[in-house]
Order: sequence, then C-alpha cells, then structure tokens
Amino acid sequence: MMRRSLQGWCLGVLLLVAGQASAVLEVTVTEGITGAIPVAVAPFVWEGAGSPPEDVAQIVGANLARTGRIEALARERLPRAPDTPEGFLAESWSAAGAEYLVIGRMRPEEGRVVIDFHVFDVLANQRMGGFRIPAPSDQLRRGAHRVSDIVFETITGEKGSFSSRIVYVAVTGQGEERRYALEVADSDGANPRAMFRSSHPLMSPEWSPDGRDLVYVSFENRRSEIFRQNVESGARTRLASFPGINSAPTWSPDGTRLAMSLSRDGSPNIYVMDLASGALTQITRTNAIDTEPAWSPDGQTLYFTSDRAGSAQIYQMRLPGGTPQRLTYEGTSAGAAAVSPDGKSLVYVRGGDGLRLARLDLETRRETLLTSGRYDKSPSFAPNGSMVIYSTTDRGRGILGSVSRDGRVHQRFAPRTGDVREPAWSPL
Amino acid sequence: MHAVIRWGFILLLAATLAACAQPKRDAAEAERLAAEAAAAEEAERARLEAEARAQGLGTAGVLGVDSLDDPQSPLSGRLVYFEYDSDTVRPEFIPMLEAHSLYLSQNPNARVRLEGHTDERGTREYNLALGERRAQAVRRVMTLNGARDSQLEVISYGEEMPVAFAQTDDAWAQNRRVEIVYEVRR
Repeated sequence: MMRRSLQGWCLGVLLLVAGQASAVLEVTVTEGITGAIPVAVAPFVWEGAGSPPEDVAQIVGANLARTGRIEALARERLPRAPDTPEGFLAESWSAAGAEYLVIGRMRPEEGRVVIDFHVFDVLANQRMGGFRIPAPSDQLRRGAHRVSDIVFETITGEKGSFSSRIVYVAVTGQGEERRYALEVADSDGANPRAMFRSSHPLMSPEWSPDGRDLVYVSFENRRSEIFRQNVESGARTRLASFPGINSAPTWSPDGTRLAMSLSRDGSPNIYVMDLASGALTQITRTNAIDTEPAWSPDGQTLYFTSDRAGSAQIYQMRLPGGTPQRLTYEGTSAGAAAVSPDGKSLVYVRGGDGLRLARLDLETRRETLLTSGRYDKSPSFAPNGSMVIYSTTDRGRGILGSVSRDGRVHQRFAPRTGDVREPAWSPL
Repeated sequence: MHAVIRWGFILLLAATLAACAQPKRDAAEAERLAAEAAAAEEAERARLEAEARAQGLGTAGVLGVDSLDDPQSPLSGRLVYFEYDSDTVRPEFIPMLEAHSLYLSQNPNARVRLEGHTDERGTREYNLALGERRAQAVRRVMTLNGARDSQLEVISYGEEMPVAFAQTDDAWAQNRRVEIVYEVRR
C-alpha cells in the first residue's frame, strides 16, 4: 500500500516536472540492509534567496543508496547539522546511528553555484575531507552527481559512477505513429537528450571506451545496419551494412575494434571489425545463431550467445581462434552477457520462469539470481562495477531497473514517458 | 480431324528418327531424361494449377494481380505464424505459401519482402537472429515451390515491431510471425 502511494506520488511529480528530472518509481531493498554503511547526508544550506533549485543532499543520498553499499539515513531521524565543520559533535551522530556524516552549503554566484561540503567519520570522530565543487547554475544536478562520486570514494575507497551517463532507446506512440529515439541521460535518468530520432526501430546502443562515441543498430533503411555517432557533434557514419542482419556491435576495450554479429553468409556469426581499415575477421563459424558478443576487459576473450547446443547459452572463446566453451547451464536459456569491469563475473539474462538477471562468478562458476522480474533484459555494468542497469517492465510499460551487484538493492525508474529499454552505462 | 492426323504424323516421324538414332545411346538417353524432366515439370505445373483452381485462384491457372486483393484467394493470406523459439513452417501455412510461390513464378517481375518477427521472450539480438531464421524458412518453402531467390528478400525485425502488446500467450503467438510484403506486385 505504502509502495503504491509512493509510486503514485512520484508519477505525479513526473507529470509536473517532465523533462526536468527522472521519476523514481520504486526503490526496494531485499534481505534487509545489513552490511550497508549508515551515512547521514544533512540537507545542504542554501545561501541564496528563496529555495534552492535542487535538493543536492537528497540527490546524493539517493545515489549512494542505489549502490547497496550505503544506507542513507532518513532525514527526519537526523539531529540538526552544524553550520560549520567546527561545530561537528560525533556523539549526536553516532546516537542517530550514523557512521559517516556529510554536510554542505551552496552559494549562488554569477551563473554558477559553489558547493562546499565535508565528510566526517563519526566513529573515528574526525573530518575526512572538505571539498568545493562549482557547478553551472543550470547544471546543479550534475554537481550533485560529482558530490556523490567524491563522498562515495571517500567512504568506500572505490570510484563512484554517478557522473557517468547512460544511453537507451526510447519509444513513443503506437502503430504508424511509433517513434524511436536514442537518448543520453545522467546515470540516474535525469536530463535526457535525444541523439537520434527515427520512425524505424533502433537497437543495441553501446559506448566507445572513451565515452565519446556510440554504436547502435538502426533500421532507417528498412533493414538492420550498424552506425557510429559522436556524442558531442552528433556526426554519424554507417559501419556495417552487409547482406543479412548487422547487429550487436560492441567496442573492444582498446577502442580499435568492434565485435558484432553478421549473417552475411547465411547464419549469424561473430565477427571483429578493425575500425581503422574496416577489415573483418570471422570469429565463429556455425550454422547456429551466434550473437551478443562481449569483451573481457583485457580484450583477450569474447563472451557470446549461441544456440549451437539447441537452446541459447553463453560461451567464452579466447582470441584469436580458441575453442568456444559453454559457461551457462542453470536456465532454459541464457544470453546478453555483460562483463564486470574487473572481468571476474558476468551478468546475463537467464530464461526459465520469465527472464531474470543472474550473476556468474567466472572463477568459482557459482551463480546468483539478481532480479525477480519476468522481462529483465539488456544488463550493463556501472563503470565501477557497483551496480547493473537493465530494462524491465512495469504493467506492460518498458522502464529501467538498477540492482546493486550483490542483488540486494533494487530501483526502478523511468527517464521519460513512453517506453525505455536497452540501457548502456558510459565509461567514467 | 486435321490436327489429329498432323500430330500422328509428327509422332511417327519422331519414332522413326529415334530409331535411326539408336547407335548414339548417350545422346538418346540424355534426350529421354530431358523429356522425362519436362514431363515431370509439366505434371507439377498441371498439379499446381489444378490445386490453384481448387482453391479458387482462377480457372486459367494464371494468377492475375487482382488475385492479390481477392479476399477469397489464398494469396490474401500474408502471415505465417510460428511456435515459441521455432522456425518450423507449420503445415497449415503450406498451401498459402504455394499459392504465393505460384504467383511469383508466373509474375517474374514481382518482388516480396519476407519480414521475420518474434515475441519478446528472449534477448533482443538473439530474437533478431531468430526472426531472420523464420523468414529464411519461409523463403525455402517458396523457392521449393517455384519462386525465384531473386524475388524474395529476407529481413528480420526481431522483437522490435510487435503487433500485439499484451503479455499473454495470445499476444506472443500473434507476434511470432513472418509477414509477406509485396514490394512489386507484377
């Protein structure tokens, strides 16, 4: 009941501020929050007139909580925050259950807002650091993501992924009015911006390792073709338009090659294209479906989906010319593998009772189910490996989900109205 | 009456020529095989035409462009449906595909797009490949029945263009399809 009313409230907010911010439909924490670090993010003091354009502390708290590593303590339970770092009293914060405290002030200047903030270790009774982030007035939300990155790294020692972006496919309208758009948004779905619009389907967006370019599949010429597009300039080039399907492009970690699935010889096989020369190297040779290639971080191994054994399953293959080895056995099918940034695990779509995300530890071969939806697809790791973003459904509507890497913290959100799907997380 | 006499004469002449050609066994054998093949082709054509007539495709066995729009004609059928994760063309769709094949064989300039689609169960890129497989399976049936390869273009949209949006067995069944789209009708 609580959850339902929260959803309704958030949807209402979405209608009011459409295009301004993402709508968080639902945040759920499974298996309690034991193990998460309790952090108090006190409301940041606004030194300008009126009310602040963004509730930065709220954005920071929500970002931190999504990782599952941190529990952002409810604002109502917090004592009054000190006006200056010198006013910090560890006792009152430890009594509130906080292990860390974040306080901050925001000062509007000519065209920008200066954010000063401090992170305290409550148990050690000391200030860990003070920071200053200037943000353009109209990009205060991005400033809040920068603050989140610094707080996350200060507390956990790991880099944050909050300033990175996501790309996804947005679909609006029905029948002849159906429109497809490739959109880039902040990692929490805010500030969506259309990169390309089409009345024909768009599929499979992926980032270049330097975050400057996208590759994706477009049906604008009434068949699947692979395009590359620069995020800054919007310039597009067509990379693959062979007979048959041209699909599932993904950049090699060194940025020089593109793995893809082509059916130019009758059935889909994995190929690698050298981007400088355009030369193709055929990697697999079967009459089966071989698709959805994913690179290991060292560029030495390709993971891909194949139905060579009857059902779709995930295989790994050393480059060049290794023998494919089957990795998945748990579900009735498996596909769309995403490789963790440390290369130690895969998250993939497991078929069986619906489509759900599962994590496969490549060393122990142990598997963990991460989600419980029926149409959870297209997983993509945050660049720091802390979370996985994916597409899911909410009463038939395509929305995005994120899950912490341990599977405990789930969030469902929609950057815009209409359907969204196939999210891919940018590099840092 | 005259025609019968003339045909009789030609046959007699042919038999005489055949008898004279006896030593050239290989050539005669090749001729015989060619004649058999021609006869088989003619028989198959007659069978298809008979079938077409039986299905109401027109008495002459020649399919006019109008028959594409005739709701009584099997050519009005443009959809082939599939089982989950399967590219097997079910028997109930064979007569309709035979009719389209016959039409294409009689209208060599006609061109068709075979657009393969899937339901949403499965990963997207896998489904794109599965949709292609389904369209290829339909193409095989049609080329075996007289359509030329050059008349058929295989395209896959995977799960990207559903026609039914509910998450039910019925909706999924409607989405697992190959659409026969005439790009050039005659």
